[in-house]
Amino acid sequence: MPRRTDISSVLVIGSGPIVIGQACEFDYSGTQACRVLKEEGLRVILVNSNPATIMTDPEFADATYVEPITTEILTTIIAKERPDAILPTLGGQTALNAAIALDEAGVLEKYDVELIGANIASIQKGEDREQFKQVVEVCGAESARSAIVHTIDDALAAVDDLRYPVVVRPSFTMGGLGSGIAYDEGDLRRIVGQGLHYSPTTEVLLEESILGWKEYELELMRDKHDNVVVVCSIENVDPVGVHTGDSVTVAPALTLTDREYQRLRDIGIAVIREVGVDTGGCNIQFAIEPSTGRVVVIEMNPRVSRSSALASKATGFPIAKIAAKLAIGYTLDEIPNDITGGSTPASFEPTLDYVVVKVPRFAFEKFPAADDTLTTTMKSVGEAMALGRNFTEALGKAMRSLDKKGSTFHWTGDALTGDALSALTATISRPTEHRLVDVQQVLRAGVSLETVYELTGIDPWFIDQLQLINEVAAETAAAPALTRSVLLHAKRHGLSDVQIATLRRTSEDAVRGARHAVGLRPVFKTVDTCAAEFAASTPYHYSSYDEETEVAPRTRPAILILGSGPNRIGQGIEFDYSCVHAALALKDEFETVMVNCNPETVSTDYDTSDRLYFEPLTFEDVLEVYHAELAAGPVEGLIVTLGGQTPLSLAQRLADAGLPILGTSPAAIDAAEDRGEFGKVLEAAGLPAPAFGTATTMAGARDTARRIGFPVLVRPSYVLGGRGMEIVYDEHQLDEYVQRALENAADGGRAGTLPPLLIDRFLDDAIEIDVDALFDGTELFLGGVMEHIEEAGIHSGDSACTLPPVTLSVSELERIRLSTEAIARGVGVHGLLNIQFALVSDVLYVLEANPRASRTVPFVSKATGVSLAKAAALVMAGHSIADLRARGVLPLDDARVLDLDSPVAVKEAVLPFKRFRTREGVVVDTVLGPEMRSTGEVMGFDVDFPTAFAKSQEAAFGGLPSGGRAFISVADRDKRSIVFPVKRLAELGFEILATEGTAAVLHRSGIRSRVVRKYSSGRGGDGEPTIVDLITAGEVDIVVNTPSGQGARADGYEIRAATTAADKAMVTTVQQLGAAVQAIEAAQSGPFAVTSLQEHDAAALIRREARAAARVSA
Amino acid sequence: MTTAVLVLEDGRTFTGRRYGAEGSTLGEIVFNTGMTGYQETLTDPSYHRQIVVMTAPHVGNTGVNDDDQESTRIWVAGYVVRDPARRASNWRSVRTLDDDLEAQEIVGISDIDTRALTRHLRERGVMRAGIFSGGALESADGERRPEHELLAEVRSAPAMAGADLAGEVSTDVAYVVEALGPDGSPLETPVATVAAVDLGIKAMTPQRLAERGVRVHVLPSSATFADVEATSPDGVFFSNGPGDPGAATHEVELLREVLDRRIPFFGICYGNQILGRALGYGTYKLGYGHRGVNQPVMDRSTGKVEITAHNHGFAVDAPLDGESVAPHDGGRYGRVVVSHVDLNDDVVEGLQALDLPAFSVQYHPEAAAGPHDAAYLFDRFVELMTTQKGAA
Repeated sequence: MPRRTDISSVLVIGSGPIVIGQACEFDYSGTQACRVLKEEGLRVILVNSNPATIMTDPEFADATYVEPITTEILTTIIAKERPDAILPTLGGQTALNAAIALDEAGVLEKYDVELIGANIASIQKGEDREQFKQVVEVCGAESARSAIVHTIDDALAAVDDLRYPVVVRPSFTMGGLGSGIAYDEGDLRRIVGQGLHYSPTTEVLLEESILGWKEYELELMRDKHDNVVVVCSIENVDPVGVHTGDSVTVAPALTLTDREYQRLRDIGIAVIREVGVDTGGCNIQFAIEPSTGRVVVIEMNPRVSRSSALASKATGFPIAKIAAKLAIGYTLDEIPNDITGGSTPASFEPTLDYVVVKVPRFAFEKFPAADDTLTTTMKSVGEAMALGRNFTEALGKAMRSLDKKGSTFHWTGDALTGDALSALTATISRPTEHRLVDVQQVLRAGVSLETVYELTGIDPWFIDQLQLINEVAAETAAAPALTRSVLLHAKRHGLSDVQIATLRRTSEDAVRGARHAVGLRPVFKTVDTCAAEFAASTPYHYSSYDEETEVAPRTRPAILILGSGPNRIGQGIEFDYSCVHAALALKDEFETVMVNCNPETVSTDYDTSDRLYFEPLTFEDVLEVYHAELAAGPVEGLIVTLGGQTPLSLAQRLADAGLPILGTSPAAIDAAEDRGEFGKVLEAAGLPAPAFGTATTMAGARDTARRIGFPVLVRPSYVLGGRGMEIVYDEHQLDEYVQRALENAADGGRAGTLPPLLIDRFLDDAIEIDVDALFDGTELFLGGVMEHIEEAGIHSGDSACTLPPVTLSVSELERIRLSTEAIARGVGVHGLLNIQFALVSDVLYVLEANPRASRTVPFVSKATGVSLAKAAALVMAGHSIADLRARGVLPLDDARVLDLDSPVAVKEAVLPFKRFRTREGVVVDTVLGPEMRSTGEVMGFDVDFPTAFAKSQEAAFGGLPSGGRAFISVADRDKRSIVFPVKRLAELGFEILATEGTAAVLHRSGIRSRVVRKYSSGRGGDGEPTIVDLITAGEVDIVVNTPSGQGARADGYEIRAATTAADKAMVTTVQQLGAAVQAIEAAQSGPFAVTSLQEHDAAALIRREARAAARVSA
Repeated sequence: MTTAVLVLEDGRTFTGRRYGAEGSTLGEIVFNTGMTGYQETLTDPSYHRQIVVMTAPHVGNTGVNDDDQESTRIWVAGYVVRDPARRASNWRSVRTLDDDLEAQEIVGISDIDTRALTRHLRERGVMRAGIFSGGALESADGERRPEHELLAEVRSAPAMAGADLAGEVSTDVAYVVEALGPDGSPLETPVATVAAVDLGIKAMTPQRLAERGVRVHVLPSSATFADVEATSPDGVFFSNGPGDPGAATHEVELLREVLDRRIPFFGICYGNQILGRALGYGTYKLGYGHRGVNQPVMDRSTGKVEITAHNHGFAVDAPLDGESVAPHDGGRYGRVVVSHVDLNDDVVEGLQALDLPAFSVQYHPEAAAGPHDAAYLFDRFVELMTTQKGAA
């Protein structure tokens, strides 16, 4: 039966900004969906507030709305576009919740829009705990014993029956937000309290503890004929108690017999039918009691999920793509399996002849105060996946894919003994990001498998595999020589050249040399969904130390694009965006070859490039991919500047090894990174930079800081996302910082020597400007100039910014352009360049320059309608900017031309503070600083700054309040600048609350405010509440609190933490306050209008043509 | 660590480690793509005389238990895996797979590129092969035997085409599997009685019938029609089994007697091929067969797709579309349709007689290993028997 003919337009809802628990896997699924729907000739309308997504590229939909995903805005879009149907199952929980809200508001009925891929009843059945429990029962399966509660008192009563520990899960939250395990009444009160708050239905589920049970997931698909297939089984190495997103997981399940697996499959199929997921995918999680095999169904998601993306990449079965086809009426047997070239249908179950391991990547280093125990609330910010022909190989590859110190197994020094061993052994019962490595260490020290099992609950089969790795390592270390068989054995079990080098006390290069000397290289196998039963035509490869390689020869020259690896704070979807654009841009002229290890991304979709290598981004692995491709045909070169710091950091070594690096040379990349070299470039161009110096010792750091003068900005060189960056106000603080850096260096085996520290003069009160530009060696194309809303000193990734810059003059823009060009020329850029400037007292300082794609490239591209990354890829492949202009890839005008009628785009960062709690259960501090901590971003796009900013706030966190109470408490230095905005706030109808000092300032300026008690003063004699009490009680709608340097930090922290916990708007800088007040005013003056990117681009084109015509006539 | 060598009939060799017993073995080499169910696979009599390659790399992880055996012994002639488990981990496991393989003297090989081997078999078709290790790999003087000698040994092995093997795997004596009630206890009055001819039957098959209240008389493959009749059956069942259906003369004749008396018939796998031949259709050998638990089959009567367990190297050659008249004896069995088709390659997966109470499927509704999607076929058989009974 072909697709439905009664649908001609579909609204696809995206998932909004990247947050923990909802990352770029939904860009991958949404992009697939949009592609499918367009191919089917449907008009596609898309809403997503996240500009860094591929799906929001104008060519993927007919009308693309980069707008907040709110009921109000969705209603406006529906009224304007009148879609026949809404597809809400590919945009995560955000899209599903948005669809439910539209239904409840009567919008679907009013505009006669049909939900496809899901229906409200089935969403409710799948997500509502009580209904789902009944579903499970009807299916003849068991749920954990549980109770639904709506108050803390209910919870206390319920726990009498369930007993501690109990698991707490709020209803309708994503990524397990607000859930946790309560071991006693204190825990229960705290976690249930939070959970009730986070749940949109003020509902929390308490259930019997199944901690330590084996955990499994099945990914299922169903079509309208009730055909059901299980796409993939996933087993969690970490037993129940760790969120599946934070667990090390493996596919397929490895410790179930067929009978046990089929039991899960039967239950899964019965559940998807009973819930009534008519078409599309769903994910079901199970727990199995290890000693009895008792099966408990944990939960299901009636939609495409993070696990679906993982399952798609793990099996080659494109769940989202097929879900989209099923939603418009196809059945599974009508859809061809792409991987086998369509010779077999999609109505089958993939079978794997390899093992897939996923490992999470965390960012606890960004939140030092946060409790790093892994729980049922997801905390990881990204993940890496690897494939191997066995578990050990896949695990080794996955762990080195994490690209993070300490994330791989090691055998440095002697095995632990005595107290150190006891201490480490005692820690492994607490799941943390290091647990697997810790387990490997205690096993290495001789602790028994049984003990480890008892402490961790990790299945003995997996523990034995870790033991196997230790044994292989010991054999490798003890072997008289690195013979072929010794190396092959080590490689077959996932040891990297680096690990072997450590074991043999030699260098990585020497190991590689020895390996190549005996002709030992990995072969590349194919992901084919069918374990080689049928010939596969899709070149989706992974390496393995096995016998036969499957890389096909080719004649067209290839370009290898190195991706960005696992998402992390500072290096996320934005870089994947640029890599995908390169693949799309180069496809016509070259064979594009993607190398990446992040299963969430569009870049690792087998449809994106001509060839996909799902491989770790390490020197060793990239070298082997290159070798394999060189054997297959000519290789033009590698692109290393689009995937962020991960590929960039490999550039020099790859070039030294003789690999052709396209675009900016590694030497030039180094010149930009190296302070001394870069200083010379600036000097030659006559450009000022803040005073700076480098230091490698404590004494050196002190001298440099004294010479430059405090405050200074200190950071290690070669970092992204401001890792380890701090503003240091005095020598004492500096000593502390350097001491920590020395300790880190010692941990890394480099005791006494400090990697160079960069020390810069910190510019107070500067306007920070970000520039993305393209340089081809002769000509500069200024892609975008962004003005930050926050002052310099707050990491650019966490700062909101506007494009075009709202306060810069034409002459300032011209200076920026000239400076950018001078730097591009001086450094020797050939491709993209990002520069951060600071404007202070009319002096334009250069803060730093990075000759690579920046985080802002997608934002600039969306805001200007020019794909910088595509152009950059073409420039790197040899095209000139003039040529690209002639071909229409780049417009004639760049960002130096001020287009007065252009709309304003505001980028706002989305911060994950809510996820992170201290050991005591309190929210971590939320003040912004030089270290980046945001996970994602949104774009507000409208005719002027106030409206665009208002939209950005709406999209980032639900929006600024339109009225109510505002609490103002600012540092002394900010008191002067708040008078005007606060006055306006009062005029807009807000009641102003302030602490005594601030209230006095406001009073003298004629602004009435109510004085409230400081937190540090405690409650009054008659129980008068402090400001923190008021915030916690939800009585304050917006909090303005600027941190006051070193003093009175405690008060500020409590205020900010309470605000975050209460989910209220918060402003922590004066600049933000100004923007917020403008935005509140804009929001008050009526509902937002919406404009699609296609409409914006069409209008821009008309303006460009008018300008061109004007130039001709002039 | 002992070396083992796998030698294929066409001369390709793979060198790996000994797995299971030491020695040598010969057989037809086939691959199985199931990711679970090695215990059921090994004990499935249909794999008699076959060397089985597992495409899933890890085998043995859940050990061996006493419940999942499909027969009383391991039948495969040899076993090829990539990464055998060092440790079994499962609450039902009572011993390791290695123990069973060694105890039952199954010669195997591990640590070879099983994917390369599978691709080779896919492209060249299944063929004869041998696994050699230990003494079997050495000549009298202790030297490694030359490859041509091993190859000659492989080429001397009998081919699967033309092999009549049912007698080698069938039970020697008839036995009864009692009907079960809904609560799993024996049922006094069975819903129906079935005479099941064991051509290599898997334990799960009579189990599935018994669960539906059916009393099953399992008969040896040499059973005559008189033996069948002596059980007063409401229906007759022919099981799966090894070998070439083209050589199953006795079974075909027996089935024709059943059909002539309009006794309801259901056949699985080999039983499907026997029905095909009894009706007068041909059978042929597939290039590399269907062995796995993920095959999409369409039930043409409902248009629904079921995911099914397969283990067959031969198939029935019947017209795929529309009704055809069974060719045997001038069409005396009337019209027949192909009821089930494999969606991967359009192979006939089921036959339905329209003028006789007989049907069969090429795949395994009893699963074990594999999904339970096709279990409804046992219900159809029970219904066929009970409606015939009612009509009689």
